[in-house]
Amino acid sequence: MNRYTFGGDEHLFVECDESMSLEAFFKSLSMTTAIRESRIAGVTEICPANASFQVKFDPDVIAPDDILREVKAIERDAEKSDPVIGTRIVEIPVFYQDPWTHETLMRFRDRHQDPASTDLEYAARINNFAGVDDFVAAHSGSPWFVSMVGFVAGLPFMYQMVDRPRQLQVPKYLRPRTDTPKLTVGYGGCFTAIYSVRGAGGYQMFGITPMPIYDPTQTTSYLRDFMVFFRPGDIVKFKPVGRDEYDATVADVEAGRFAPRMRDVTFDLRDFSKDMDGYNRSLEDKLNDR
Amino acid sequence: MTVKVLNPGLSTTVQDLGRPGYFHLGIPVGGAMDNLALRAANLLVGNDEGAACLEAVFVGPELEFTADALVAVTGAEMPVRIDGEEQPSWTALKVKAGQVLGFGFLKTGARIYIAVSGGIDVPEALGSRSTYPIGALGGFKGRAIAKGDELPVGAGAAAREGRSLPQPLRRSPGMPAELRVLPGLYWHRIVEASHRSFFEDTWKVAPEADRMGYRFRGGTPMKFVERQQPFGAGSDPSNIVDSCYPYGSVQIPGGTEPIILHRDAVSGGGYFMVGTVVSADMDLIGQLQPNTPTRFVKVDMAGALQARADRAALLDRIREALH
Repeated sequence: MNRYTFGGDEHLFVECDESMSLEAFFKSLSMTTAIRESRIAGVTEICPANASFQVKFDPDVIAPDDILREVKAIERDAEKSDPVIGTRIVEIPVFYQDPWTHETLMRFRDRHQDPASTDLEYAARINNFAGVDDFVAAHSGSPWFVSMVGFVAGLPFMYQMVDRPRQLQVPKYLRPRTDTPKLTVGYGGCFTAIYSVRGAGGYQMFGITPMPIYDPTQTTSYLRDFMVFFRPGDIVKFKPVGRDEYDATVADVEAGRFAPRMRDVTFDLRDFSKDMDGYNRSLEDKLNDR
Repeated sequence: MTVKVLNPGLSTTVQDLGRPGYFHLGIPVGGAMDNLALRAANLLVGNDEGAACLEAVFVGPELEFTADALVAVTGAEMPVRIDGEEQPSWTALKVKAGQVLGFGFLKTGARIYIAVSGGIDVPEALGSRSTYPIGALGGFKGRAIAKGDELPVGAGAAAREGRSLPQPLRRSPGMPAELRVLPGLYWHRIVEASHRSFFEDTWKVAPEADRMGYRFRGGTPMKFVERQQPFGAGSDPSNIVDSCYPYGSVQIPGGTEPIILHRDAVSGGGYFMVGTVVSADMDLIGQLQPNTPTRFVKVDMAGALQARADRAALLDRIREALH
């Protein structure tokens, strides 16, 4: 059951679960989709988050009690409907252990739990991996759900599509950094994120993607229609790349030749839950036209 | 015509009433922190209420006009000068081509709004001219104005100079400032004694106060209800699984210093929130200086909606006065 609470006179805040899980995220995503489709007069913004969501409303148009009643009715309907969504799977190239995040993490060693190792070495060790390569294989091996887009413009939070014992967990920095390179692939708690802009940050830094995900000038070829790339519910598969492919992709992006690899897919939570690895392989097959 | 920036002040940005609709992608509504002051400034010079103005915090800019214009300055109390000669604020003022609009030292409040007849005519981004500097979006080239910038101004309607907004219609925070808060969100995470102290203590605005959020200090640290932290929430008792943040929500990282998120809010994060400042009092936060003593006043939803109705009635009186 959801927990309902008001954020002042303009927000209805709904917590699907205190804990993070794919089920809680899926409920948040499907309910926000249903609310959007129901076009309730007076609803101005609908924001899904990891295990909760928020509906902004204009109380001059719809009274708080009425929006509460409408959203609770949608929860009852959601419980009856099939846990299926149409979405897309996107391949994101990542240059793990790149020189730029390395330079940055070395500058902020005094704010880290383990100043003697790198962020990836630390993450590998506390998650009981033999080394960085094994950790990267786990990070890039199974796909991720974009469970929230936000914090700042266009930044995706992602939750890995594996069962709880296999979830990677890494604490944030002890004290946030004042700098993070743009397009850093970071990690905090059980979430991976891509920093859409340069700035402060507390997530561990694992690598960098050559693929811009936010472009307010809308000059990047695949961001001309809209400046933000990610949407909640996107499925992401990371592809480890080396320096050469990273440089080549940066050049392709600049020349307007780069198109992110992506395919439309249907996601069924029931089938996924029966055989996660098998289901993830089938998603990957669709991504690669196999 | 254009307005030439001789001196930008501390941080002066183009703002209007904001760009609702993109918070789910991390792009906040933005817009004037003191929304009523921006509307009044626009009405004084004959603009639409939501035309783009300049919002300057703590220090006013110095602006040279290339053509005659009508201007009005509202919000914080700060001496207004045209070619060095002091002029009334909250009043439609004629500025002639070649004249310079400047300001003295801030007295009370924090932000002034400078409306120019015709409005600041930068291109719209996602339906608004407001500046969102972190995302390099909107405003003048996505950033605060700088020395040498030439700000485009639209064609003005014919408004009368000399009109002024009567004093009782100028809303400003009291001393101590009082902000009405509806408890909720993760209010249940702190103990009864903290429920009381949050509202009984007098807090002070910290130096870390900007368009993103206002931090307060000086009150009693919160005590948390003990629990096993949920999966994915993080180890600190003030952590939650990252959620959305409402505008006006009051988060207390580590339980020590409340932060009220404002118009350029981050859209979400992993700190628990004790409640939300009512929409009617968001304008007041934009006029708080660091060190201002501040009380949080508990209201229920009926109280929040009454505050909203009172503010709407005030706006109607402002519109009538400047009709």
